[in-house]
Amino acid sequence: MDGLNIPLNHILLVSSLLFAIGMLGLMIRRNIIFILMSLEVMLNAAALAFVAAGAHWGQPDGQVVFMLILTVAAAEVAVGLGLVLQVQKRFKTLDMDHANRMQG
Amino acid sequence: MSETIWVIPLIPLLSSVMLMLFGSRLKITHIGFLGVASVGISALLTLVLAVEFMQNQQIIQESLWTWMEVAGFAPGISFYFDGLTLVMMSVITGVGFLIHLFSTEFMEKDPSYARYFAYLNMFVAAMLVLVMADNLLLLYLGWEGVGVCSYLLVGFWYQHNANGQAARKAFIVTRIGDTAMALGLLLLFTELGTLDIQAMVGAANQTWQIGDSIPLIACLLIICGAVGKSAQLPLHTWLPDAMAGPTPVSALIHAATMVTAGVYLIARTHGLFLLAPTAMTVVAVIGIATSLMAAFTALMQTDIKRILAYSTISQIGYMFLALGVGAWSAGIFHLMTHAFFKALLFLGSGAIIHCLHHEHNIFKMGGLRTRMPVTFWSFMIGSAALAALPMTSGFFSKDQILLQAYQLPDLGPGLWMAGLLGALLTAIYSFRLVFVVFFGEANTEPDKDTGWRMAVPLSVLCFLAMIGGYFMIPVAEVFPASDGSHPAHWVEYVSISVPLVGLLVAYLVFFNRRLNIDGLANSTVGKSLGNFWLSGWGIDWLYDHLFVRPYYGLANLLKSEPVDGIYGLIVALNQTFNHWLSAAQSGRMRWYLASMVAGLIILITLAANLSTGVLQ
Amino acid sequence: MLEIVFFYIAATVALIATVMAMTRANAIHALIYLIVSLLAVAVIFFLIGAPFAAALEIVIYAGAIMVLFVFVIMMLNLGEKGDKQERQWLKPGIWAGPAILSVILLVELLIVIGDVKGPVSVSAVSAKEVGLSLFGPYVLAVEIAAMLLLAGLVGSFHLGRRYLERDHIEKGSSQ
Repeated sequence: MDGLNIPLNHILLVSSLLFAIGMLGLMIRRNIIFILMSLEVMLNAAALAFVAAGAHWGQPDGQVVFMLILTVAAAEVAVGLGLVLQVQKRFKTLDMDHANRMQG
Repeated sequence: MSETIWVIPLIPLLSSVMLMLFGSRLKITHIGFLGVASVGISALLTLVLAVEFMQNQQIIQESLWTWMEVAGFAPGISFYFDGLTLVMMSVITGVGFLIHLFSTEFMEKDPSYARYFAYLNMFVAAMLVLVMADNLLLLYLGWEGVGVCSYLLVGFWYQHNANGQAARKAFIVTRIGDTAMALGLLLLFTELGTLDIQAMVGAANQTWQIGDSIPLIACLLIICGAVGKSAQLPLHTWLPDAMAGPTPVSALIHAATMVTAGVYLIARTHGLFLLAPTAMTVVAVIGIATSLMAAFTALMQTDIKRILAYSTISQIGYMFLALGVGAWSAGIFHLMTHAFFKALLFLGSGAIIHCLHHEHNIFKMGGLRTRMPVTFWSFMIGSAALAALPMTSGFFSKDQILLQAYQLPDLGPGLWMAGLLGALLTAIYSFRLVFVVFFGEANTEPDKDTGWRMAVPLSVLCFLAMIGGYFMIPVAEVFPASDGSHPAHWVEYVSISVPLVGLLVAYLVFFNRRLNIDGLANSTVGKSLGNFWLSGWGIDWLYDHLFVRPYYGLANLLKSEPVDGIYGLIVALNQTFNHWLSAAQSGRMRWYLASMVAGLIILITLAANLSTGVLQ
Repeated sequence: MLEIVFFYIAATVALIATVMAMTRANAIHALIYLIVSLLAVAVIFFLIGAPFAAALEIVIYAGAIMVLFVFVIMMLNLGEKGDKQERQWLKPGIWAGPAILSVILLVELLIVIGDVKGPVSVSAVSAKEVGLSLFGPYVLAVEIAAMLLLAGLVGSFHLGRRYLERDHIEKGSSQ
């Protein structure tokens, strides 16, 4: 239970890597479901950084922010998946490059 | 009467305003009555004034109110009346009244009857203001006023494009002179601090010596204005084209009154010109050059009104010559007699044109002597006066001018001889006109002779053209007296005989054809010279190529807005950037994301640099 | 020492699982990898003394949210065709640019966190402490989160309902 000697910057390193991977996925995937997944990964990476920082100082604030991130993720996924259904309905595809009617 | 001379210009002005406002609702007879009566009352008042003046020789100076007052500059609406003013007013109202009367018949059929009389009355009012003005600014107001009326009346039949163009030409060409004149006024004001003519001349005589440069410049600028208004070289080109207006307008504005405004202006400011002998020489040279040029041109014209127009230019040249040699009163005298006989000729030509259904070409007339007797005798008398045959009015005035020109040292004899040549030509072209139009075979059939409203003015003007030479114009007080010496008698005899020679030549060539000039006219030199004269010495062509076309070229260049191009470049740049940025708005999610990440990278770099300096 | 070893194992699993999740062509496969990744992160939470967070990670993230994904994927019924399409989209040419950007960002992040020193706290932060601060100083944030969830609820209901209704209407009109 008592976390010993795990260096903070290693946790942050993991968090950064997760964030970078999530972002990479966000940028390369065209399928809207994968885009949402990538967002989850990025949110999760941020949450990890918060929790680690909270643990570093021995304060509960990190976990509080984690919970807030959790609610954001839940709401986002709820709306996002609703949008997925709409996209599939309208464009008959999940390719986000087809939903480009807002181009300048 | 002498207390209220301001009424004289006011009456035609009021009539003009009434005609403008209510003209469309009045009957034709009422319009004509209003137009003629207003000028008639002015003429009567002028007559009363003249009688008074003859008795007491009193100069009247009358100030109505201060026009404006700015930093010591306070020109008034004020009038000045002396012998010179009286002569001008008599001509304007007297001849003006006759021409108005003539117009009632001439313009009878015109739908814009009221507009015509509104303009004509306004012209009389403006012209009266011009000659009665006590200061140069009020004079300038009248000066521009007559310019506007001239523009409106030349372009009276604006339905034809050519008339509008002639009106614009008249306006723009005189505007060139007017601008120079305005500069002259400004110069005079800055140097002397006043524009009141009498005070100004007095101050000028105290400030400057004879031959100083500033009065010379001021005089030259005023000459520019006078040259533009009086259609002298090099700004004369508008007058022949101004014949596009109704013929009575040509008689009133472009023969009797407005075009002589330049002569009046120089005579009025003669105190200044006496300080600048060079300017006077310039006036004389311009006058004689214009006179000869116009006389040669008049020889070749076929349009009856253009002949008269060039003859007007030529006669005003004589007036300028008179002013230039210091024969002030002779110049004004010629102005008056010229107003009589030239108005007579123009009205006569108007009668012909009216009765021949707007025929202008003299070679299509012919044989009108028996069918239009009133007009014929008008033309005979008018031409005699124009040619300065002995005992006519023109004889006295022109004779005076030539004799005084002869007495001028150095240039005198030369000017005299040139003037004689001009007189010879004048006689030839005026009797060419008479012989071609009234003698020979009839080419057209006139409707009728003139009605009484045309005949009366013609008769009165005939009378004036005959006896005008015996008038004593009361300008002795105004101008410095001449020395009274007379040249040798032979000079006088030559001056008298030259017009007779001209008459003889015209008789031989155009009447009994004893002297055949066809061979001469058909030779190469004769033909090209004739065409050269016909075109008015190619001056229109020259101006067209020198000014009008380069100006059009410039206008065309500017039409594409080269300066705006610079700003257009900014617009184009903005549009290009906008294009790029809107291309970035591709609607593709991943592209947005990549952009966001790139921005994020930049932000983190900056933030790290600024806050912690880690990346430094 | 054991915790440290566990941490590195969990971290490695999380990273590998995430990479796999991001590169799968099949959505369900990716989702399972993602769940593995989330579970590994939960382990890390547990190891650094945040048991409450670890529990929430498993229950809500790996449980509820991922199940939502599964449901939606099932509703869409993508099948083999979608997989082929996905494989076509995952060509190296598409990878290059985003990969460079991501690596740059990663390097920056690493440099920024490079001077963070020291281990995480010795004592664990209990659920009680979290609850106390949630309903103490952070109560406003909790209320905002509640509103956010309500908005998400209404929004997803709205989107989903129109999806269903239109489907229904089209069916009705075609009959």
